[in-house]
Amino acid sequence: MLEIRDLHASVDGTPILKGITLTVNAGEVHAVMGPNGSGKSTLAQVLAGHPAYEITGGEMLYNGENLAEMDAEVRAQQGVFLAFQYPVEIPGVSNAYFLRAAYNAKRKAQGLDEVDPMEFLDLVEEQLKLVDMDPAMLHRSVNAGFSGGEKKRNEILQMAVLTPSLAILDETDSGLDIDALRIVANGVNALKRPENATILVTHYQRLLNYIVPDYVHVLAGGRIVKSGGKELALELEARGYDWLLEAVA
Amino acid sequence: MSATIDQLVNREYQYGFSTDIESDTLPPGLSEDTVRFISAKKNEPEWLLEWRLKAYRRWLTMKEPHWPNVTYPPIDYQASSYYSAPKSVKPLGSLDEVDPKLLETYAKLGISLNEQKRLSGVAVDAVFDSVSVGTTFREELAKEGIIFCSFSEAVREHGDLVRQYLGSVIPYSDNFFAALNSAVFSDGSFCYIPKGVRCPMELSTYFRINQETTGQFERTLIVADEGSYVSYLEGCTAPKRDTNQLHAAVVEIVALDNATVKYSTVQNWYAGDENGLGGIYNFVTKRGKAMKNSKISWTQVETGSAITWKYPSVILQGDNSVGEFYSVAVASKMQQADTGTKMIHIGRNTKSNIVSKGISAMKGQNSYRGKVHILPKAEGARNYTQCDSMLVGNECGAHTFPYIEVQNNSAILEHEASTSKIGEDQIFYLKQRGLDAEQAVSMIVSGFCKEVFKELPMEFALEAQQLLGITLEGSVG
Ligand SMILES: Nc1ncnc2c1ncn2[C@@H]1O[C@H](COP(=O)(O)OP(=O)(O)O)[C@@H](O)[C@H]1O
Ligand SMILES: [Mg+2]
Repeated sequence: MLEIRDLHASVDGTPILKGITLTVNAGEVHAVMGPNGSGKSTLAQVLAGHPAYEITGGEMLYNGENLAEMDAEVRAQQGVFLAFQYPVEIPGVSNAYFLRAAYNAKRKAQGLDEVDPMEFLDLVEEQLKLVDMDPAMLHRSVNAGFSGGEKKRNEILQMAVLTPSLAILDETDSGLDIDALRIVANGVNALKRPENATILVTHYQRLLNYIVPDYVHVLAGGRIVKSGGKELALELEARGYDWLLEAVA
Repeated sequence: MSATIDQLVNREYQYGFSTDIESDTLPPGLSEDTVRFISAKKNEPEWLLEWRLKAYRRWLTMKEPHWPNVTYPPIDYQASSYYSAPKSVKPLGSLDEVDPKLLETYAKLGISLNEQKRLSGVAVDAVFDSVSVGTTFREELAKEGIIFCSFSEAVREHGDLVRQYLGSVIPYSDNFFAALNSAVFSDGSFCYIPKGVRCPMELSTYFRINQETTGQFERTLIVADEGSYVSYLEGCTAPKRDTNQLHAAVVEIVALDNATVKYSTVQNWYAGDENGLGGIYNFVTKRGKAMKNSKISWTQVETGSAITWKYPSVILQGDNSVGEFYSVAVASKMQQADTGTKMIHIGRNTKSNIVSKGISAMKGQNSYRGKVHILPKAEGARNYTQCDSMLVGNECGAHTFPYIEVQNNSAILEHEASTSKIGEDQIFYLKQRGLDAEQAVSMIVSGFCKEVFKELPMEFALEAQQLLGITLEGSVG
């Protein structure tokens, strides 16, 4: 589904990603871990197509197509979803309106009819239960005045509505209490399909107790310094990152 | 990113065509003779000519104000023509006699003067350069005792009412541009709603400047008698030309006890091009006087004009009266807008509410200027002011000039202000959800303006949204 080969990217002229190689197949869950500032969010943003990042080398193939040549909205319409580490507020635009616009943009790209507000409400009400969200949240402005936890749940709600093929979750666990963490994790697990893949970006092991990854990668200094199975996460939990950083230094 | 936003805010002006029609146009120049000519042309009574002449003489002693945060080359008041009317417009002509060319012009602007063809209940007074071309639904309104006609006709047919209220809110000596308008105003709309009548449809005036060198000086007077209600709409467009044209209008509103007047404007005069060539100089005085328990509400969407100088205000004269001002002002290209409001609290328990949304893009400069004045007798007065600015790009500017004068300690005033930038991050967030850049900007801007748009009558809201190239929030919103 996703093949990243020797990817280099910089922001404002500063190289951040320095040669990432990673293959993600349908049905797999990959965890990308690593200390703060190691480039995890950068990788996520580059995959989603944030214009501030310049790709300086390597390639990213999504279902065989060159991601770098697709606009961010086209990537989204074709099933790439990023749950943001810091979801953005859009004052004055209701969550319901925003969600429906996003849903319809994807349908339109697929040549399907747009759904009207009533149909959409029925559809979204189902998904609200998944993330245990109060329907009143639909009528509030997108993320405006949401607590940290509400913002993260709202990201998963969007994911549930948009049913992406490749979901990238950037620190969706950070700032969540244990109940919220469980809700978010259950949501992600419920959305898992054999034809979809998930990349979980996190620097804590605890999320991986709820969403079990098939592979764990450790990012440091813009490179993947170690990959392994789910046991690697436990080892990181016990030993921290330093031993790995020393090993590659 | 900015490229897409610039394209959005730099749309081709849709109403820039001109109508080729034979007109009676006074040669450029301004003197007492000009004033006399206009008054004679309209067969005005002596009292009105006298009033105009007093205004003119006063104007000669006044100086153009230079305190607004706008710059422009000196205006040569002798270079404008002060009167222009299509030859085919006859005084008191019925709608059936309107020149097809004019009907066509209005049709192109989306205004049908054919009553049968109008689906929605909106009565229109169509003003073309210096004259009213026609007013629709007059008979229907007359059944309720409502007077809605051109200003010129009102002077002839309802002279006493006009004489009683003309200048009662904005005296001819009020300011430079109001004095000029009082001297040379050509036409405009007049509306009177009798006691206890709720006007059954929206009333509107559509102003069109056509002639190249003409200034437009229209005057609107709205009198809402005790316990009445009216919602009034105003639209304006002008052809695209390389020269600057002067527009100095006056709108006076009188809301007697327990009356409510809602006045909404979508101002879309030609703005000039991105190098600042051409565009309307828009210097407008709008003010209402609110008597006991009455309410005056101004809503404006200002998207056009090279320069806007405009402060729709309310004198809260009567106890418990309410004044509102909701504004979206866009300054893009090289536009300069200095706009806001004045709320003058005189009566007890008077309330005012100000919501201003300024959007600056490209090289536009947008200033909010507002004054809240609580006079000594205004026991229990309240004001809420919210003033938000949005910047699109790095070359534009947003400025706020709030003035507050409180002479009664029981007053409660709240002021909130914010400045935000349409960020790459906001746009990226929406794009990541599948929306294209245009939809993304539209959504962000429409969210920003929401509190103002919801004050507009439905039809107007749609027009305003289209103007900003944005989509209306659906019913689930
Ligand atoms: N605009 C920028 N200019 C320069 N450096 C940046 C910019 N944005 C992020 N960085 C740097 O890139 C590195 C990686 O950041 P990030 O991808 O957010 O890390 P992580 O998500 O792993 O914590 C950090 O050192 C950060 O300071
Ligand atoms: Mg991060």
